[in-house]
Amino acid sequence: MTDNNTTLLDKAAEKAVRATPVPLVYRVRGLSDRSIAWLFILPTIVLLLAINIFPLIWAVYLSFTNFRANRPNAEIEGVGFSNYQRVLTDPDIWQAMQTTAHFVFWTILLQMLIGFALAYLIDRKFRGHAFWTTVILIPMMLSPAVVGNFWRFLYQPQIGLFNYVYAFFTGVEPSSFQMLGSVTLSPWAIIIVDTWMWTPYVMLICLAGLRSIPDYIYEAAEVDRASAWRQFWSITVPMALPFIMLAVLFRAIENFKMFDMVVLLTGGGPGSTTEVASITLKREAFESWRTGRASAFAIILFVAVFGLANIYVKALNRVKQR
Amino acid sequence: MSTANTAHSVVEPSQTSKRIAGAIIILYAIITMVPLAWIFLTSFKSPPDSISYPPKVVFQPTLEGYCNLFTTRTRQTPEYIQSLGAPVSTCDEITRNRNMVIAGPSNYWPRFQNSLIIAFGSTFLAVFLGTLSAYGFSRFKVPLADDILFFILSTRMMPPIAVAIPIYLMYRELGLSDTALGMILLYTAVNVSLAVWLLKGFIDEIPREYEEAAMIDGYTRLQAFRKVVLPQATTGIAATAIFCLIFAWNEYAFAVLLTSGSAQTAPPFIPTIIGEGGQDWPAVAAGTTIFLVPILVFTILLRKQLLRGITFGAVRK
Repeated sequence: MTDNNTTLLDKAAEKAVRATPVPLVYRVRGLSDRSIAWLFILPTIVLLLAINIFPLIWAVYLSFTNFRANRPNAEIEGVGFSNYQRVLTDPDIWQAMQTTAHFVFWTILLQMLIGFALAYLIDRKFRGHAFWTTVILIPMMLSPAVVGNFWRFLYQPQIGLFNYVYAFFTGVEPSSFQMLGSVTLSPWAIIIVDTWMWTPYVMLICLAGLRSIPDYIYEAAEVDRASAWRQFWSITVPMALPFIMLAVLFRAIENFKMFDMVVLLTGGGPGSTTEVASITLKREAFESWRTGRASAFAIILFVAVFGLANIYVKALNRVKQR
Repeated sequence: MSTANTAHSVVEPSQTSKRIAGAIIILYAIITMVPLAWIFLTSFKSPPDSISYPPKVVFQPTLEGYCNLFTTRTRQTPEYIQSLGAPVSTCDEITRNRNMVIAGPSNYWPRFQNSLIIAFGSTFLAVFLGTLSAYGFSRFKVPLADDILFFILSTRMMPPIAVAIPIYLMYRELGLSDTALGMILLYTAVNVSLAVWLLKGFIDEIPREYEEAAMIDGYTRLQAFRKVVLPQATTGIAATAIFCLIFAWNEYAFAVLLTSGSAQTAPPFIPTIIGEGGQDWPAVAAGTTIFLVPILVFTILLRKQLLRGITFGAVRK
């Protein structure tokens, strides 16, 4: 009887288990899903809180004080919003922001034009395109600092390869111009290196955009006798646009933070012609040791990047839905 | 449409356009490789050859750059060098020909080791934490999941110098300045965001049914994760690890601000390699070449996953 009862019960239980929606089944055995979810996610959150958020809050606090990191024992005084006021009215900082904007504009423009053209050509799928695509991609994987350092060698006025090659094709004296030492040329020296390095990045994303366009749309256009020119502007460009925007946004965020390459190429010079926001920030924080004011500047940059990042994630989700 | 063309769809580019496209791309690829090839060549030049005008393409290759990279040298009188025994190594001989003797090892190898330790340490941690979180986000209803994911991603977009100010102060208090542990934790925090986003994409692609079947067979959720999901996600985990490795390997801004000696990595060190009378370009080129080789290997290994990696998993081809 009891035996019979248990088997009956067992059967009933099994039935119940099978009938229960899937998540309930897991809860019966081992840790509950809820605790596993938190167990899996919490370590990451804790790490980010410790290494990113806590310091960030500290920086917010410091931005309202006159703290200087090279005088840790001096008394800290609250100064209200005066750090922010000083940063926002400092002509040097505005100059640096302008320089940064100038770099962002030109590098993105050049990288988009060249990158899209390359992607368009690679999409012709000639023989060996996969191999050559990989070769083209190499620069973007390298360390920007190391790249900046070896381009400094290529840009040397007497001995550098860049000057020599340029002189060879144009006939000017190779020692007659200094890419890194001249006020007019040094921004372009940086733009050239950045374009060399990051065009592959734009190309790769544009290529994904071009490949996402289904063939039947072109076939339909062909049937309608749309010219190649027309097809390019009313099919290729609009359909690849979300991808192009993604590349633009990402490059904008990255180049807004530009630091390594510029430091190694020009160090912000000559004078302050190539001094981008990150270099000014480094100078304020780690050379002038005005930690409070530097923190205020850092917070302002954060807010700007955070805004851009917000747009970026929205763009990512748009691309993802396709 | 003529019958001769039926093998191709209407949109298949013509042979001529393919050939022209191929020629332009190959030309671009070659031009883009010139700077790298030049650095490679320079690493085998003697210092006088490296700064000659016009730049030398044909030269007598020497290992001097590599010798100078790994050693420190002192200048000696020819009489003193004569009085020494036979040179013990190629480097010894090259150095003596310049009227110098090897004084000891340079800092390059310790810096390179630091790069290895910090890159591998932080990659391991980031991928470990990232895999767990990605699974959590992929399979469970986490409250505010989208906000948490955005928060995780946004931490990677912050300008490193801005992050470095409070980290610098915090590490000074905690005694983590210029330690490998400090750098590992920092790079882990930066990389974990990429790891979570990328791995979430990879894990999303593994059908839930696999685990559900395993759990019906009596596996617990954790066992199913270990024995069903992890093996399926191997490619994704490997690709993610390589991306993390490359970031940590290449990083400069944090390294230059937070390390000065014992934990310094190779990128801040390479630009400081100097010889007598300025930068020793063959040694710099040698250091750069050795430093870049792993990246070239990884790029080739990763070529199919690159797109995914650089867009945080959003674009998958």
